[in-house]
Amino acid sequence: MSGTIAVLDPGLFTTVQDLGRPGHARLGVSAAGAADSIALRIANRLAGNPEGAPALEMTLRGGRFRFGAEAFIAVAGADLDAAIDGRPMKSWSAAPVPAGATLACGMARQGARAVLAVRGGLIVPPVLGSASTHVPSGLGGLEGRALRRGDLLAVGDPVPGPAPVARRLRPEVRAPLAAAAPAVLRVTSGAHAAQFGEPARDLLLGAEFTVSASSDRMGVRLEGPEIPPPLAGRMLTEGMPLGAVQIPPGGQPVILFVDPQTTGGYPVIACVASVDLPLVGQLRPGVRVRFTMISLAEARGLLHRQEEMIASEDLF
Amino acid sequence: MSPMSSGTPALTPASDRSLLVILGDRIASDIHARVRRLLLRLDGAAIPGVIDLSPAYASILIRFDPRHTDHDALAPRLRALMAGLDEMPLPEPRLVDIPVRYGGADGPDLEDVARFAGITPDEVVALHAGTIYDVHFLGFAPGFAYMGVVPEAIACPRRDHPRRAVPAGSVGIAGSQTGVYSCRTPGGWRLVGRTPLVMFDVARAPMSRLMVGDRVRFVPAAGGPAAEPRA
Repeated sequence: MSGTIAVLDPGLFTTVQDLGRPGHARLGVSAAGAADSIALRIANRLAGNPEGAPALEMTLRGGRFRFGAEAFIAVAGADLDAAIDGRPMKSWSAAPVPAGATLACGMARQGARAVLAVRGGLIVPPVLGSASTHVPSGLGGLEGRALRRGDLLAVGDPVPGPAPVARRLRPEVRAPLAAAAPAVLRVTSGAHAAQFGEPARDLLLGAEFTVSASSDRMGVRLEGPEIPPPLAGRMLTEGMPLGAVQIPPGGQPVILFVDPQTTGGYPVIACVASVDLPLVGQLRPGVRVRFTMISLAEARGLLHRQEEMIASEDLF
Repeated sequence: MSPMSSGTPALTPASDRSLLVILGDRIASDIHARVRRLLLRLDGAAIPGVIDLSPAYASILIRFDPRHTDHDALAPRLRALMAGLDEMPLPEPRLVDIPVRYGGADGPDLEDVARFAGITPDEVVALHAGTIYDVHFLGFAPGFAYMGVVPEAIACPRRDHPRRAVPAGSVGIAGSQTGVYSCRTPGGWRLVGRTPLVMFDVARAPMSRLMVGDRVRFVPAAGGPAAEPRA
């Protein structure tokens, strides 16, 4: 272990996250994991960690943290106006932190979530192989809950290799990672799409929706025109994919997100393409959202290109 | 698209990283057996790129890593695994007894279920505890088992207004399904009793007391309030 971080102010909702614990749906265990997986992966690269190292995910309003020992950190995702002892630190950048210094974060100017990665990663007891916090079931992270004032976070030993340097993601790489207004989410057809009528599908793709304040990591709730329910009767509960756009009886879509129940009983009209799942993590209440339909082949191609971009040596 | 009730299972892409195998269109023991059979075959096959299997009443959602495989590569392998599925012998299920204190503060909806059924609370208990249930799948929360089939007379629908917090160990009925709340959570099932057993514990192996394919018998426990289940 190399030092601790004291939580002076946890922010609005801050949890330890990594890339989640997929593989346990049959036990009813949600995968959890970073809401913006690209922010997590790039923050870890900037901090000199393996891309899935445990880090903090802050929501809308960031926290204040005092570093007990010298550290090297990176922030990515929504810009929270972070500053180290008053010295501003831009999003998608890395910087050294002197022993005893405080990192203070403010409100997100746009987007919803920011990742704070520390060289060496955060140390929490792994649950089913992951440090991710799933607050609804109290699994993982720090005691299965969001951070509180007074918490102490342990930092692990850095992986061997050259020390990371203070640097920032290039602007042309950064730009597409922020949600546009309105946010346009690419979707593929849902498992029950055919059971919805043509008007329902046209409405989903033609209308604009607003992200509701009751959205969280379990689901992003949208407000907009009512999507008519499927023509067929009620469905049996079944496994639900990440990003499923469910239509409950009220007709207001819900995007199942990173902390979902593993099964669900509402029909799925569409599903957010993997390439745009990190953007879902940046949707804040009040933001407008549109959907556009793509084929599975297009979704594969887009994800492939995004993965190539993230793996590129030429990011910074 | 009409989900099949028997015959050839249907494969439907559910997202760019998952595929839904539909094995039937109702809650029934023959469909449940088919789900268990395919789950066993999928476990045995350990198909590269498949990262999670989510069984339900009549389907299995197969989640995969889209960087390593895709629908086109998986479909023929799945079709091969499904050949002769209904002839495959299944291992004898485990029978798990769950002690339950029915009624009172442990089962605040027992009287409502009795009114719904037009019988006495004791008769509700006799019916609920007199049936052996299949664990169809786990979902909703870690270790929460969806079990059926509840006798029709007491198959009382969910409450109109879910409770904000249901204590862990509470035994509920929702239509033809019954289940045990594995952690304290909001919930709308009709609570008829409570077990002192801890249904899910990450420090235990296996973590979940119940698994897909188990059979369950609720055993009425003698008086006194249920012990507070430990977290």
